[in-house]
Amino acid sequence: MAGKTLYDKLFESHLVRTNDDGSSLIYIDRQVLHEVTSPQAFEGLRIAGRQPWRIDANIATPDHNVPTTERSGGVDQIVDPVSKIQVKTLDANCDEFGILEFKMNDQNQGIVHVMAPEQGAVLPGCTAVCGDSHTATLGALGALAHGIGTSEVEHVLATQCLITKKMKNMLVKVDGKLGLGVTPKDVILHIIGVIGTAGGTGYAIEFGGQVFRDMSMEGRMTVSNMAIEAGARVGLVAVDQNTIDYFEGRPFAPKGEQWDAAVDAWKDLVSDADAVFDEVVEIDGAAIEPQVTWGTSPEMVVGVSAQVPNPDNETDQVKIDGINRALEYMGLSADQNITDIQLDRVFIGSCTNSRIEDLRDAAKVVEGRKVAGNIIQALVVPGSGLVKEQAEKEGLDKIFIEAGLEWRQPGCSMCLAMNPDKLGNGEHCASTSNRNFEGRQGFGGRTHLVSPAMAAAAAVTGHFIDVRELIEQ
Amino acid sequence: MNKFTLHTGIAAPMDRANIDTDMIIPKQFLKSIKRSGFGKNLFDELRYLDEGLPDQECTGRPLNEEFVLNQPRYQGSSVLLARENFGCGSSREHAPWALDDYGFRSVIAPSYAEIFYNNCFKNGLLPIVLTEEQVDQLFTEVAATEGYQLTIDLERQVVVTPSGEEMAFEIDGFRKHCLMNGLDDIGLTLQHADDIKAYEANRRKQAPWLFDAIK
Ligand code: SF4
Repeated sequence: MAGKTLYDKLFESHLVRTNDDGSSLIYIDRQVLHEVTSPQAFEGLRIAGRQPWRIDANIATPDHNVPTTERSGGVDQIVDPVSKIQVKTLDANCDEFGILEFKMNDQNQGIVHVMAPEQGAVLPGCTAVCGDSHTATLGALGALAHGIGTSEVEHVLATQCLITKKMKNMLVKVDGKLGLGVTPKDVILHIIGVIGTAGGTGYAIEFGGQVFRDMSMEGRMTVSNMAIEAGARVGLVAVDQNTIDYFEGRPFAPKGEQWDAAVDAWKDLVSDADAVFDEVVEIDGAAIEPQVTWGTSPEMVVGVSAQVPNPDNETDQVKIDGINRALEYMGLSADQNITDIQLDRVFIGSCTNSRIEDLRDAAKVVEGRKVAGNIIQALVVPGSGLVKEQAEKEGLDKIFIEAGLEWRQPGCSMCLAMNPDKLGNGEHCASTSNRNFEGRQGFGGRTHLVSPAMAAAAAVTGHFIDVRELIEQ
Repeated sequence: MNKFTLHTGIAAPMDRANIDTDMIIPKQFLKSIKRSGFGKNLFDELRYLDEGLPDQECTGRPLNEEFVLNQPRYQGSSVLLARENFGCGSSREHAPWALDDYGFRSVIAPSYAEIFYNNCFKNGLLPIVLTEEQVDQLFTEVAATEGYQLTIDLERQVVVTPSGEEMAFEIDGFRKHCLMNGLDDIGLTLQHADDIKAYEANRRKQAPWLFDAIK
């Protein structure tokens, strides 16, 4: 019998039962809650007179709606009434049910997918859910993590289980050594460019190969975060010593004897050598260059030295129409150099790239330089209060401020523009977030997805530039 | 979800075909973070003379005295009598939420829009299909008798009029089972609570660090 993939192991070890209709009930070890997708779930519980199955399996924090500017005035200071109500409702629900919540001005507050691993709230071998599609991030820890909808949030609250169907297995193997200035964000953007935004639909993607073994935990999270942008609800990276070192001493990680037992159990969280994947994609890591998206879907991505595609080079009509539509929305012309794209704003943040390493990468590039005159605003939004604190300890905040970037409070911010951080109509933004859909960062806004280093380079030059030109000097 | 087995309540006649979900609960009320509290805005545009706003206190608003639910004789009604294609239009689940929150337990009509029909079952509301003639007869009887009550016996699948006349209706067996036992998706999963508990006990042994850590 063939061996098992990491996904098979995680799925099977959480299987409660198989339902008559072929769906499966899997046990959920952890649920992470935020203010946007939880209110109706709690309300549903109350209406039905139900209690959460297990309080200690839940952890919450507000992130999508919180302002990232000075907010010492607390929740009442939030200007948008809908945002204010959502944050207040989360607070009230967590208080009522006794769920641990890091409230807006708690030092531990942050973007759900940054906070949960940083606290050790989600651990290797866990199943974890959150009402947010980028929950795939947590797969980088060797956890089986699903993004879910509000009715499922309620279902998990009430039953500690999720109704799901087993997915197929895909291995994306990137071997070789990444070049200077090439980061995990470039790797995942390149992968999405290769397999397409629907390439992973129906699969759990495991990221394997030398590149991921060499990668930090933060980097792995950046990669797994965007599995959903390749169509896969689940991304995974096998557990190794890196993973184990990352969790040692985290607040909710096991201690003492339990730590030893846990480490023992976690060592099996790898795909067996003879495991069979339904699909394998192999990529040469050494050939990847810094990436920039030019269009309105993450798969519309090229290397920084390339040109904006020309629809005349395509034969498929659907593709031609797609390119034309994207060019029009983005205000770009075919064959234009990526390095000629002029920018208006820069956003460094989001659950993809707001961890300490991301901020270090960006700071290294802007240090001793100034934000270009044509840039209206360059934001740096740390992913959590703890990331912010660490960055300040290292003096990164001063480097950013000195260079003319804004240093903000933690939250989702301009990733989805639910708070006041937004793009203006027609503005181009170099963004380290994960979605470049039309209007995602504000009505008419034009998003280019890049790595933190590339965003920083764009901030100081006013247009895209191969970051290697700045760090090699 | 509420169980539905046997219910007796005042019938209110909405003598109108194609009542759409926007009429049942107008779109300005969908922004809420809640799924309860929609009852006061049920049929908002028919029920009040002014324009309804979200988060508005409704007690002082001018009522349309003509509207059926505002008439004294239909206060406290819990069975809604309507004409064909009830619940058409947008798929909003807020429509059954609003009917349920107002206090309706059942709707009786000759036909329904499909999504609305499905959504009713998820929310403990029983949509009953009777023939046009039967529905006609009920409209006539309701109009003639103040305090007219109908009894709905889901077990036996009959609507019983005050004179004792029984009108049989069809319902899918699985849906009947779920309603009679108060089972929505969550309820169905909770039927396997023993399996979940057994799994959990075992999990606690294998990975004790995942229990009682977050507090
Ligand atoms: S940072 Fe963006 S993608 Fe991540 S959780 Fe927040 S809104 Fe979602």
